[in-house]
Amino acid sequence: MWAGRDVISILDFTREDLEELFRVARRMEEIERRGSDILRGRIVATAFFEPSTRTRLSFEAAAHRLGASVISLHPTVASLAKGESLADTLRMLDGYADVIVMRSRLEGAAKMAAEICVNPVINGGDGTQHHPTQAMIDLYTIKRLKGGVDGLVVGVLGDLKYGRAATSFIFGLTRYRLERIYLISPPELRVREDVMMELDRLGAPIHEVTDLEEALPELDVLYVTRIQKERFPDPAEYERVKGSYRVKLSLLRKAKKDMIIMHPLPRVDELPYEVDRTPHAAYFKQASFGVPVRMAILSLVLGAVVE
Amino acid sequence: MSSEEKVLKVSKIEHGTVIDHIPAGRALYVLRLLGLTGKEGVIISLAMNIPSRKLGKKDVVKVEGLELSEDQVNKLALIAPSATINIIKDYEVSTKMKISIPEVISGILKCKNPNCITRKEREPVISSFRVVKRKPLLLRCEYCGRFLTEEDVVEQLTGG
Ligand SMILES: [Zn+2]
Repeated sequence: MWAGRDVISILDFTREDLEELFRVARRMEEIERRGSDILRGRIVATAFFEPSTRTRLSFEAAAHRLGASVISLHPTVASLAKGESLADTLRMLDGYADVIVMRSRLEGAAKMAAEICVNPVINGGDGTQHHPTQAMIDLYTIKRLKGGVDGLVVGVLGDLKYGRAATSFIFGLTRYRLERIYLISPPELRVREDVMMELDRLGAPIHEVTDLEEALPELDVLYVTRIQKERFPDPAEYERVKGSYRVKLSLLRKAKKDMIIMHPLPRVDELPYEVDRTPHAAYFKQASFGVPVRMAILSLVLGAVVE
Repeated sequence: MSSEEKVLKVSKIEHGTVIDHIPAGRALYVLRLLGLTGKEGVIISLAMNIPSRKLGKKDVVKVEGLELSEDQVNKLALIAPSATINIIKDYEVSTKMKISIPEVISGILKCKNPNCITRKEREPVISSFRVVKRKPLLLRCEYCGRFLTEEDVVEQLTGG
């Protein structure tokens, strides 16, 4: 059941919830270009207290495609500069709109928002753990391109400590029966202990490695994320490790022919442009699913049925 | 007469509270948590490292005239989960209570993550932790997912 629901963490959703979403998303792919008016008269508010381009624009595009109106709050707005609390700003938006899509640097901000708002709140990313709609898009991509998620070997590469897309994706994988999940990162950016304990509890078949080459030949899916220099206390350490977490063309000879490479984007140099031309590159396709999946999320949460 | 009984006979109180089965070594923390310094003038007896069948060793605290508030009982549960509380009236035990840690602890503890929404004073949100493990105690912030260990809890509730 989706109607009226908040979307705060991917862990709040069962496999059945996700399957229902993916059925609607498939339908949305078909009607995306011609549009629909199932959300006519509804207002979607976007409140990004931390800058974002893709997430905000794809939600706004999704809303427009379904005939909804969009109101947007930008992080620079005067009320926040004057020190208004997040809660008061959200209460105001809750009064104006039928659903709020938000992002904040503060961890747990979306959960608080869901507690104080009458209308559904969709987490467009908070702190270092939650980016549930990205995880939904990622799982949908695997389903569409590989036919399903069960039984696959998936590798997640990069910053697994601070990267919220990576963490949400890994949490999302626990809704399926994977063969193996490789977590590939430098020791400094391993998955946090509290996240690891949760993954253990959920029975995820996790294998932690530091070397991409070790896991690569087995992978059906390689999910790449960016490693940021600022995350390293010692810049020299960053310089030393960064090359090992770059997906070089030469390395891909060791991969399965039908392995797909995903990335939540934007990318920097962890994924060189020459990879774009290989059959492995799935990240543009993945990005293209952003709008239909978010159309599906908006329509389900607002209880509007697509014909 | 066992040594346990001997200790319990020392300095009987007329009205008040006996907190028994405190994990050995935590009696001073319990006093600190209750805000007792000894300057209040009431009788406080404290016994530490007494042999106990249940715990191996235990501490006991008796305080004359003390009535625990619900908030104090909840806090006590966090640093002395094995404790039992005996309320004394006219030198006799009138009520015996076992305390236990609830599944969710709200408002008492502070999240260690400075970026957690519960740490922002101007936001209307109370800290909330769910018990992950009871022995040793491990709690998870319901807002940011970070852990709070037993040492963190003792430190927060007793100031070190
Ligand atoms: Zn927290």
